[in-house]
Amino acid sequence: MSIVEFKKVTKRFGQVTILDQVDLSIEPGEKVVLIGPSGSGKSTLLRCINALEEINGGDLVVDGISVKAGGRMVRLIRQEAGMVFQQFNLFPQMTALENVAFGPRRVRHEPRQEARKQALEMLAKVGLADRAHHYPSELSGGQQQRVAIARALAVKPKLMLFDEPTSALDPELRHEVLRVMQALAEEGMTMIVVTHEMAFARKVGTRLIFMEGGNIAVDGEPRELLANPQNPRLKEFLQHVA
Amino acid sequence: MDFDWSVIWQALPELLKGARLTVLIALAGLAGGLVIGAAAGLARAYGNVVLNAIAFVYVELIRGTPIIVQVMFIYFALPILANVRINPLAAAIMAIIINAGAYIAEIVRGSFLSVHRGLREAGLALGLPFWKVLLYIIGPLAFRRMIPALGNQFIVSLKDTSLFIVIGVGELTRQGQEIMAANFRAVEIWSAVAMFYLIMTGALTLILRLTEKRMRIL
Ligand SMILES: Nc1ncnc2c1ncn2[C@@H]1O[C@H](COP(=O)(O)OP(=O)(O)OP(=O)(O)O)[C@@H](O)[C@H]1O
Ligand SMILES: [Mg+2]
Repeated sequence: MSIVEFKKVTKRFGQVTILDQVDLSIEPGEKVVLIGPSGSGKSTLLRCINALEEINGGDLVVDGISVKAGGRMVRLIRQEAGMVFQQFNLFPQMTALENVAFGPRRVRHEPRQEARKQALEMLAKVGLADRAHHYPSELSGGQQQRVAIARALAVKPKLMLFDEPTSALDPELRHEVLRVMQALAEEGMTMIVVTHEMAFARKVGTRLIFMEGGNIAVDGEPRELLANPQNPRLKEFLQHVA
Repeated sequence: MDFDWSVIWQALPELLKGARLTVLIALAGLAGGLVIGAAAGLARAYGNVVLNAIAFVYVELIRGTPIIVQVMFIYFALPILANVRINPLAAAIMAIIINAGAYIAEIVRGSFLSVHRGLREAGLALGLPFWKVLLYIIGPLAFRRMIPALGNQFIVSLKDTSLFIVIGVGELTRQGQEIMAANFRAVEIWSAVAMFYLIMTGALTLILRLTEKRMRIL
């Protein structure tokens, strides 16, 4: 069974159609890399999956639950689909540890000590056990993003959504985040990643989707597509990001 | 003229009584104002159309009229309209509650909305219901940002209690007025009254500074 299934999904902002009857199924274990020009609807597609955006037409089923089910069901979807944002969005009043323990404590209702223990494990996993008691403002961008990944993972999702996780980072800080993501992929996590990092797409991705004007224009094997893009607009796009 | 300290000394017990009443009205009024203000401010920021409209009308009604008219209305008009008896002290406290509540509503609304939208999304994306996002994430951040503006409103409301002289509440200004009417020592009495207000607002400022210092403003 697919873990994410778009069935003719339409998303509009006012009069403008952003996603136009998108069909897409993603199987557990896939590492989908989503690329496309600015404004093509990549973020919107990602945000529809965890219902941060409401869809206007069609249906979208995540881990067996429709995003249209509302309320508690939507919260279940969000617990299954962790999200990492371009701007990290860490809670600034909490330390790294408190940020990561927040999900287990408030979402999974773990006792305080257990939540802390899990959070420490997650921080160790992203290589930040020694920064547990630092506030986000005391961490570098790369460290903040790794804490954000740990925070999402701590809720124990089945699926991870990444929206340009390295775009706000200086080039020399990107690899530490990409390394964490690669390790996660190797553990078998299902991932959907919006990114301009073509090396990551080639190395980690099992599927590459090129979006254009609210549609999926190209969908295929990353290495093949990157080596030999048939679609002229994909070819042009790749020349721009390279 | 001679500044006669003994006049102040003799007036002190009465003035202290007035100051106590002033503090009581301000404390009770602001406590209520915080509750009403938080509710109205959250309704303005996140409520549906109906709640938002109710809160909007309330805030504009209060901000658009002088507090002295509000207390006159509560004390003289409300008993006629609602057929109830209201004592001056209750009317004074009620006036501070509804007046401060309206201004606090705007402070609450502004500070909640000033918190970066990404944090709300990050909270929701973890699978929390919205009210918990407000309670655990947005609220604590918004509260830190509110402190300076709240402090300002506390001081304004404390001084506004002096207007209740018009309905005969024996607060500090009223006490000063009565003593002066008896002994005609305007300089000594009004200097003493002013000092009392300064001490009260000064104490309030100090408490707020300490609270602010103890919290990281983010
Ligand atoms: N909340 C919103 N209200 C109105 N229009 C929006 C909103 N969010 C996005 N859009 C519009 O939808 C279109 C697609 O946006 P989206 O963010 O999905 O693009 P994207 O592919 O992620 O682009 P980028 O690479 O710049 O992040 C854009 O034209 C954008 O202006
Ligand atoms: Mg985007």
